[in-house]
Order: sequence, then C-alpha cells, then structure tokens
Amino acid sequence: MSLVIIDTGCANLSSVKFAFERLGAEPTISDEPLTIATAEKLILPGVGAAPFAMDNIRRKDLISILKQVRQPMIGICLGMQLLYETLEEGGEIIEGLGLIPGHVGALDTKDLPSPHMGWNQLHPLTDFPLLNDIQTGDYAYFVHSYGAPLSQYTMAACNYGSPFTAVARKDNVMGCQFHPERSSKVGAQILKNFLELEL
Amino acid sequence: MLARRIIPCLDVRDGRVVKGVQFRNHEDVGDILELAMRYRDEGADELVFYDITASVDDRTVSPEWISLISSEIDIPFCVAGGIDSVEAAGARLSAGADKISVNSPALARPELIDELVAAFGTQCIVSGIDSFFDGKVYRVKSHTGDPDKMRETGREMLDWAKEVIERGVGEIVLNCMNQDGVRQGYDIPQLSALRKVCPVPLIASGGAGAPEHFRDVFKKANVDGALAASVFHKSIIAIPDLKRNLKESGIEVRL
Repeated sequence: MSLVIIDTGCANLSSVKFAFERLGAEPTISDEPLTIATAEKLILPGVGAAPFAMDNIRRKDLISILKQVRQPMIGICLGMQLLYETLEEGGEIIEGLGLIPGHVGALDTKDLPSPHMGWNQLHPLTDFPLLNDIQTGDYAYFVHSYGAPLSQYTMAACNYGSPFTAVARKDNVMGCQFHPERSSKVGAQILKNFLELEL
Repeated sequence: MLARRIIPCLDVRDGRVVKGVQFRNHEDVGDILELAMRYRDEGADELVFYDITASVDDRTVSPEWISLISSEIDIPFCVAGGIDSVEAAGARLSAGADKISVNSPALARPELIDELVAAFGTQCIVSGIDSFFDGKVYRVKSHTGDPDKMRETGREMLDWAKEVIERGVGEIVLNCMNQDGVRQGYDIPQLSALRKVCPVPLIASGGAGAPEHFRDVFKKANVDGALAASVFHKSIIAIPDLKRNLKESGIEVRL
C-alpha cells in the first residue's frame, strides 16, 4: 500500500514515520503533488503555528490537491486542525482546508494550566473503525492550545476545562487532536486501524 | 481527566546515562536506549534526556541518538543540553524529539526563548530552571552540569520564571538543587510558590525518594508532573507500583 506522509515543513515528520514503521508499514514522506495525489492513504502531520503550516502547504502548491482528496487521509494534531474551515491563531483568523465544517479556536481551559499538555482520556462517541478496540477512558497524549468544538463530526471527545473534539471525521477525511505516534499502545492501535481502514 | 505525569530523567554524558548527587560525583547507570525502553515498558508518561555536559563543554545533544530513541519510543520525550539556536533546536525536533528544554543558553541570552517559540510554537519549548536555596532566597544557577563550571546568574527563581513565561515557554521544569539526588522529598514550599504564578504546566524535579514524595508534590504543590532519576534508575521505586499507589491516593494517573 502506498502510504504518504505529507511534508508540511513541520517538525514531527520522522516521529510519525517511525510510528508507522513500528507497525510494519513503509510510509514515504513527500511534498510532490503527483505522489500525494496517487497515494492510497495520506497522513497530514503538523506541529507549531497554523499560519506557518498553511503557508508551507500553499507554497508547495498542495492546497487544491488536499481540498480534493478522495483517499483516506488522517490529520494529526495541527494537521487535524488544518482540515477545518477556519482556525484562530494569535487573535487572527486564517483559512484552513475546509474539509470538515467548523472553526478551531482557543481552548477554554478555565483555571487549568495551558497549553493542554499530557495524557488525557478519550470518550469514543461512535462506532467508527478508526476507534476499533479503543475504550472510553483510554489515555492519549495531547499537546495543544487550540481545539475544535464538539459537532456532528466528532467521533471521540476529550475534556480539559471544557469539552473539545479529540477525533473528527467527515467522509474519507479524519483527524486526531492528540499524537497517536506518542500515545503508546492506544496510539499504535489507532494507527493500525487507519492502515486497515476500508471506506 | 488529565493524568499527572511521571517522568524519568536520564542525565546523559558521553553517550551513557549517569547520575550524581547534588550535581556531583556522577556514576554510570546504563545505556541510553536500554533505559529508555525499560521506562517506556514500565508506563513512564514521558522521558527527559539531559546532556549534562553539553553546555559546559560547548556542544549540543546529538540528533543521531535522538533519532534512534524516537524510532523505538512511543511516548513523548524532551531533550536538553546546550541548545542555543533555532537551528540546533530544529535539528533535534526534526530528529524526533517532542520538546526542547533550554536552560543555560537562555540565561545567557533570554531572547533565545522568543526565537524558539516563534519558530516552533509554545508547546514544544520548555524552560529548565536550576534553583538553589541559600537560606534566604531561591537563586538561579547556570552551567550546573559540572560543579567546577557552575555559575551564579544573579537572578531569583520567581523573577526568572515570570520572564520565561512572558517570553512564551509552554512548560517549566523546576529543579530544586538542594534536594537533588538526596531522596528527602520535593521542595513543596518552593514549588507551591511557583505554582501560584505559573499558568503553564509545571514539572517538579529534585528530591524524590519514596512514593509519598510524589503524592505530596501532586497534592500540596499541584504540579502537573514529577520528574525523578535515581529512584527509577536504581529500581528503588517501580513505576507501575508508584502509579497504583498514587491512584489509591486519589491522584489521576495513566495505568
């Protein structure tokens, strides 16, 4: 299977690649439009600031390809946030890929420390194959200050001060707000589910 | 609910894990990757690798072993030691480190923090603070990797902590030097004082000797994580036992 990790110019590409390799997969890291368009499955990773990542995607001429993906694609952390229509960052609103309706805003952590950093619990809401063998209360590793609100596209929720979307899905496009590549057995299970996913 | 984190700290010198007492007399405790994999299997929530000689010998932690660790480890890890530029930090993050902790180079040039935050985001920049209580005030020290090269910075802990928070770090690791390696418990008063003014995650370091020390630091100083070295390296405390113990005390942990 051709599995392509989209090179967004962000820093955690190799961690994501290693995580799939531990499962026996052989992902390629690429920013070539043709390689991405013809991949069987796509991974959109990302850490850092949304405007920086979107600028990289734009500069690499990948916007129109990503807006039209038909194959299964999973966004990770910032990569998931980029799937939404709009994102807030430092008080500004920027445009995302628009594959999942909704807006990503600052997390309302109430009086808890921010960023939301560490292991928090997943609350699966639906029977979606990406969440096979994931139980309510399983822990995943989060590190972020922004998040998507709960919506009809929320497959699993998490709560830190207030609830937000931990796993999202619309049609062939899905995302994890946490880092499956750093979420021990729970994360490995989700990546394995992604590899086995048939939509 | 967010779990409190248990974080083994691996002091690295010349490619081996070492441990000293109050930053002196380091002894060899094992191979980096072997220990890292042991802690991963035992349920550690995160790992920290400190290249303790990097700042004092003017070199930085090697991307090669970061990449090796990243390929084997499926929990987050932070690297520290002599990282003094956006390029140096970028090379380590690209090699697979999840977070970068800066200490001496940020004390020498505080703008480094702003540059790192702008380049990589607040979530992966950690400030390590080594603080020594002289009987009156908590004094920040730098270059603590080698006792002969340790320096006074003229800064007080709370002032420096407020500055790094303002400059945008996403987490603080407060290492209370008086407690380091002596296993008498964390410095609860000092950590509580910082907690009151610290809106970012706070990690306690220095002094863990028994499970009740972890319980106390979570309950009394309300820290997000507790870092320890010798009790884990020497198998004085087993991480699975510690976590069960904390859970029974009503502290949220990932089992």
